[in-house]
Amino acid sequence: MAATQASKEQKYDRQLRLWGDHGQETLENAHVCLVNATATGTEILKNLVLPGIGAFTIVDGHTVSGEDVGNNVNLAFMLQNRAQAATELLQEMNSDVSGNFVEESPDKLLDNDPEFFHRFTIVIGVHLPESTCMRLGSVLWSASVPFLVCKTYGLIGYMRLVVQEHTVIESHPDNALEDLRLDQPFSEFKNHIQSYDLDSMDKKDHSHTPWIIIVAKYLEKWLSEHNCQAPKNYKEKEAFRQIIREGIFRKNENGVPEDEENFEEAVKNVNTALNPTKVPTALEDLFNSEQCNNITSQTPAFWVMLRAVKEFVHNEGSGSLPVRGTIPDMIADSQKFISLQNIYREKAMQDTAAVSKHVERLLQSVGKVCCKNASFLRVVRCRSLAEEYSVDSVNKDEITSCMDSPDSEMVFYLMLRAVDRFYQQHSRYPGVYNYQVEEDISKLKLCVNSLLQEYSLNVNIKDDYIHEFCRYGAAEPHTVAAFLGGSAAQEAIKIISHQFVPFSNTFIYNAMSQTSATLHL
Amino acid sequence: MARRLFSLCVSREKKRRRTADPTDKMAVDGGHRNSGCDWDGRWNHVRKFLERPGPFTHPDFEPSTESLQFLLETCKILVIGAGGLGCELLKNLALSGFRLIHVVDMDTIDVSNLNRQFLFRPKDVGRPKAEVAADFINTRIPGCKVVPHFKKIQDFDDSFYRQFHIIVCGLDSIIARRWMNGMLISLLSYEDGVLDPSSIIPLIDGGTEGFKGNARVILPGMTACIDCTLELYPPQINFPMCTIASMPRLPEHCIEYARILQWPKENPFGDISLDGDNPDHIQWVFDRSQERAAEFSITGVTYRLTQGVVKRIIPAVASTNAVIAASCAMEVFKIATSAYIPLNNYLVFNDVDGLYTYTFEAERKENCSACSQVPQDLQFPPSAKLQEVLEYLTENASLQMKSPAITTTLEGKNKTLYLQSVKSIEERTRPNLCKTLKELGLSDGQELAVADVTTPQTVLFKLNFTT
Repeated sequence: MAATQASKEQKYDRQLRLWGDHGQETLENAHVCLVNATATGTEILKNLVLPGIGAFTIVDGHTVSGEDVGNNVNLAFMLQNRAQAATELLQEMNSDVSGNFVEESPDKLLDNDPEFFHRFTIVIGVHLPESTCMRLGSVLWSASVPFLVCKTYGLIGYMRLVVQEHTVIESHPDNALEDLRLDQPFSEFKNHIQSYDLDSMDKKDHSHTPWIIIVAKYLEKWLSEHNCQAPKNYKEKEAFRQIIREGIFRKNENGVPEDEENFEEAVKNVNTALNPTKVPTALEDLFNSEQCNNITSQTPAFWVMLRAVKEFVHNEGSGSLPVRGTIPDMIADSQKFISLQNIYREKAMQDTAAVSKHVERLLQSVGKVCCKNASFLRVVRCRSLAEEYSVDSVNKDEITSCMDSPDSEMVFYLMLRAVDRFYQQHSRYPGVYNYQVEEDISKLKLCVNSLLQEYSLNVNIKDDYIHEFCRYGAAEPHTVAAFLGGSAAQEAIKIISHQFVPFSNTFIYNAMSQTSATLHL
Repeated sequence: MARRLFSLCVSREKKRRRTADPTDKMAVDGGHRNSGCDWDGRWNHVRKFLERPGPFTHPDFEPSTESLQFLLETCKILVIGAGGLGCELLKNLALSGFRLIHVVDMDTIDVSNLNRQFLFRPKDVGRPKAEVAADFINTRIPGCKVVPHFKKIQDFDDSFYRQFHIIVCGLDSIIARRWMNGMLISLLSYEDGVLDPSSIIPLIDGGTEGFKGNARVILPGMTACIDCTLELYPPQINFPMCTIASMPRLPEHCIEYARILQWPKENPFGDISLDGDNPDHIQWVFDRSQERAAEFSITGVTYRLTQGVVKRIIPAVASTNAVIAASCAMEVFKIATSAYIPLNNYLVFNDVDGLYTYTFEAERKENCSACSQVPQDLQFPPSAKLQEVLEYLTENASLQMKSPAITTTLEGKNKTLYLQSVKSIEERTRPNLCKTLKELGLSDGQELAVADVTTPQTVLFKLNFTT
């Protein structure tokens, strides 16, 4: 209905400016599964319900306790099933979203119906004991369903992304370099530059000529005088800048150069303008990957488009990517700016058409967006939980090198692993009750030592951390749950929308020092 | 030094006794407390951090069952803003044990708030944010007593602000932040040049924009204040008038042309100013912008872009606000309870590519115009025009005043040299802008008092004549 569409546009306006209508569509088609409606879990889900995901399902066999209501705004009454209670309050937050619940422990579901989990766009598992986590991880890995593991333990937040291969076309990099092709001007650009004669212009035209043209003109001259070698080191670039400065239109009477802002812009932009056009290394690696070179009828669209871009690079592009087609704003009059902008735009359209022909050849549909973002394509790959936890493939190097720094967050990862081990052995977490805190310290220490021994990790964990983790008593303070709630929700949105780049693969938040780290485990 | 002052300022009304009892065999669950609405186990998650000793706590921390009582019954927190950050802050504080909370917000609820300000529903559109937020929290979280104020922060004076232990801001305006900052600095008292720690009210400030955010802890008079780090907030970029008027290149230039030049000239809806929230107004600007763009073969003017430019919209999502509000609330908790050493003092967050945080200590500026108590210098030749002084006050990166009003004392009488905000006074004092400082009767060493929206107190400047 038109009315609902208009009000959705209004409601979601602030976020549509970040991921666009097409990004929003992916959210509205998504079905997210949350396992365990703890404060952390419902905070994550709240931050997905508000932006309008299509549907969610909560899997939880627990009953709401007094403790639960105390730290969770999405639970109001005790003794209800937690999945149902949370679903009701979350659902109420956004009528566009449809909420479901399953009053069952995940272990039971994995026993009886593991394929239940195949239907989801992403599964978020919160506060799962190690064994359940590994089982669920294995099912999701085989089904290629992304899995986000989250935990708030005392003042430590933990996230682990488990996805085999996540492709990103629109990574939206913060500080991207422009694609101006000044070092290898394509023929239409060359012709356009020829149409300018700086020496014969009147003052008005001269001071409203785009800096790109100015640099191109002076570069042409430089190349002819320097054996086709562009300015390379600081000395040469400075000399080049000086030549441009001297090009500023002189006032006839006193010979003093007047201010010409466009020339100043040219001087300022020399460094970036002289950046050589080249295919980024990360992209070369993708070009050389198996998926790119082995296109079959099963190949996802991303790899087909990437292959088409590669074909373009080796043919029409003569070693370069399709032209991006955008230029930054600069001092110029409207006509000069627009006509220059159109030169780049039309070339980009041409290049896109060429890539599309390759794509057609590779039996898929057109990717205009892929060309514009060719420089910034990203692929994220995470190891499976099985690989992380196996003695044979544990990332010892990462762990030991991080532990060399005294302030590394890696120690918290190891403590969380030790605490999981404690739970496996004692069917409870350490220090939950006051009287347990002291006695559990030595028990937890045994778990730490057995963990380090099993993985042959020659690292030292100070007793203070063991004491602190007993002190935590598996508490889930709301502020830490809320921090993870925001962080995890945005990572889930990245996975669903394929925009922006997700973390890989482990994130630790330390609320004591307000620091964080991303680890590769 | 900082550590000692924390516990002094927080323990103003707090009575502490050593009641640590780590061998208590009762489960933490045995929560039968004074407040009737505290069911069993309600505060379990919080109490572990208040009643148990630990190796990383603040040096002043003493485990006690009294700390929770302090939070529940005595500690008074002021939340400024009930928007994206404010809603999250209220929830976080309430679920951490704070009950005496006041919230100030001058806005009413808009549909575009609903994607992240979760205390509001479609039926609440048009109602004051502070009131709806308070209602929701007080209903959902029994025992919490949030008091709303549908007002501007400037509507309150020092007697209002003085009652709070900690103030936490979730504002969307640098001017408002600076005002709040100035207000808390004005509450500081010095005895023989030494700062009285009990006059310090800690200020926690959070800000977000798209996927970026920051959280900082300010102890007025002790640590870097908002104005000390004004350069971290670059001034808003406006397009040059000549570009808008005669050589547009971007769709934004076309929109600004319609907004700034065509609207006042054509007054399409009568003699009223453009209202960014009125869809008819935006539609008019959009139509004119498209015409302008067509004239210059510029593409890209959309309704969404038009609205964004006219209203200076900043994109926003629930997730970033959740993260920053969580960090801020964590710091409020730490300071109120001395549970851990607080953030020292600035956290930056960005989740565009993975998740990135950076924590550093912002430094105090020796001659900060807000908190340094060092008289501010104005260096000008006596032949300089008052206009130049005005420009310096607005353009200098460390001052960034908005519309300063300059007064001084001449021949024993208070004289307004220039004031912009009242039309009649502006007209009367405008000729002064073209006069030189000497012509205005000012002498070397003269004190000028400058008032501005960025500060609740006037800033004193000393005029130093240069040759």
